Amino acid sequence: MPDLCPNCQKEVALDAYRICPSCNHYFPLTIAQRLALTVDKDSFVEMSAEMRSRNPISLAGYEDKLKENEKKSSLNDAVTIGSCTIEGDSAIIAIMSFAFMGGSMGSVVGEKITQAMIEGALRGWPVVIFTASGGARMQEGIFSLMQMAKTASAAALLEETKTPLFLVLTNPTTGGVTASFAMLGDVILAEPGAIIGFAGPRVIEGTIREKLPEGFQRSEFQLSKGFVDALVSRDKLKQTLSFLIKTHTRKEAAHG
Amino acid sequence: MADLKQSLDTIESVVKTSYTCEGTSSWDCVLRSRQQGRPGAKTFIDLICDSFMELHGDRLYGDDPAMIGGIGMVGGRAITFIGNRKGANFKENVLCNYGMSNPEGYRKALRLAKQAEKFGRPVVCFIDTPGAYPGLGAEERGIGQAIAENLKVFSTLKTPILCFIIGEGGSGGALGIGVGDKLYMLEHAVYSVITPEGFASILLRDPSKAKEAAEAMKMTSHHLKEFSVIHDIIPERSTEQTAQAIKETIIRDLDVLCNKPLDNLVRYRLKKIRGIGEVSGGKEWWQPLLEVFTKTESLR
Repeated sequence: MPDLCPNCQKEVALDAYRICPSCNHYFPLTIAQRLALTVDKDSFVEMSAEMRSRNPISLAGYEDKLKENEKKSSLNDAVTIGSCTIEGDSAIIAIMSFAFMGGSMGSVVGEKITQAMIEGALRGWPVVIFTASGGARMQEGIFSLMQMAKTASAAALLEETKTPLFLVLTNPTTGGVTASFAMLGDVILAEPGAIIGFAGPRVIEGTIREKLPEGFQRSEFQLSKGFVDALVSRDKLKQTLSFLIKTHTRKEAAHG
Repeated sequence: MADLKQSLDTIESVVKTSYTCEGTSSWDCVLRSRQQGRPGAKTFIDLICDSFMELHGDRLYGDDPAMIGGIGMVGGRAITFIGNRKGANFKENVLCNYGMSNPEGYRKALRLAKQAEKFGRPVVCFIDTPGAYPGLGAEERGIGQAIAENLKVFSTLKTPILCFIIGEGGSGGALGIGVGDKLYMLEHAVYSVITPEGFASILLRDPSKAKEAAEAMKMTSHHLKEFSVIHDIIPERSTEQTAQAIKETIIRDLDVLCNKPLDNLVRYRLKKIRGIGEVSGGKEWWQPLLEVFTKTESLR
């Protein structure tokens, strides 16, 4: 069944990588699709699958919104975490889903990302995080803002325990996620063409009162500005992650 | 005697009301936190310090006037001060970008915080910003990365950090100098993930509903105390009296925190940060964190 590419408006046939053959547009992936491309078959063991958001600031309508998104996306919140192997090497993996409330970070996303990192630190396994997020989940008020501090502090613990953290930024990665764990990887990869930035393009246009330059905040832009290590196409992602895992394994010191 | 008792009760109830910001609407607090002429970081620094020297620049790109930093002496103790600066009049507002920092502001704050750690000075942060600057240059120079780095480094900085929200606590821009051991708010300060105007236009789909948004967002000192996001509320009286209250809080806290082993200090800070969030179906989280500490070289 052909898919309509939202970028070039052509009807195209997609393979497992879900890249438009006509214009190279990257279609979003479901968790299952992402796992199939990234981790060894049947190696993924999910953690904290049942964790759900509450309504910390008692905002009218938030609970309905959550239920609606659960139904629509078949997910319990905007991130899925678990253990896996990648080309035979153990790792902790976290994959965000834009399909659940725009991938926004509330208490559940903050907690699960933190859990993934702490699990990596405990087991001494590298942590791989795929981001896709519009930013903080405003419906959780100040609690969503605090998740930025929480995830960043977990990244600090990874640094202290010398546990590698690899980020793969996918479209879009913005706001509070960019201003916290997404920018704290030892190596930060990005998918081509992804929007990566802090403030939204419309907010910036409103500030500077002019149109933004072509390609602004795309991953190519972030690469040229020095905030991303490499752009990696989907078909090369698994081998790239495997290379990174293998090159970041610390040999135990002979002494001690 | 009965009359005296009654008037004391009346005074007490009035004081209590203003102390918790009750009886004032959230929107009133928003307006008061933004009011032109409201004392800013520099005013408080000058009133609190016996002497103060401002230090400039991030050693990478430039000096951001929207972020003030330096070293002050308070009762014989050297303290590193960091704060947002909005400016006291229109000319200064423009110069200071209305308190909205570029990446170099956050990187200056980071440099000074690390310097404080190196020389065993505690850090005091005064937060008063609508948010980080949403501009072209800010994005080009990595405003997201700059804030992220501050969150990471401040969360494990091995020296006491006290944070005071003295006006507007706007989103990631406020949090960028807002991670510490203790967080206080002035009575009419606000702290939120987005401005009420932004919340209204995005979630309520009506920018004119900022007032309703402010109520729904629960962004006053009173609410945040209830959420245990802040440690306490500092009552606002005259500028001098408020500064005195902040000064007393700083002295009281540092007398305790500066005598704690640094490893314990950082552990408590991390535990506090880690504990904020409301989820169901989660597991006990403190034990794994403790286990990580035993693997952490510098926190062992």
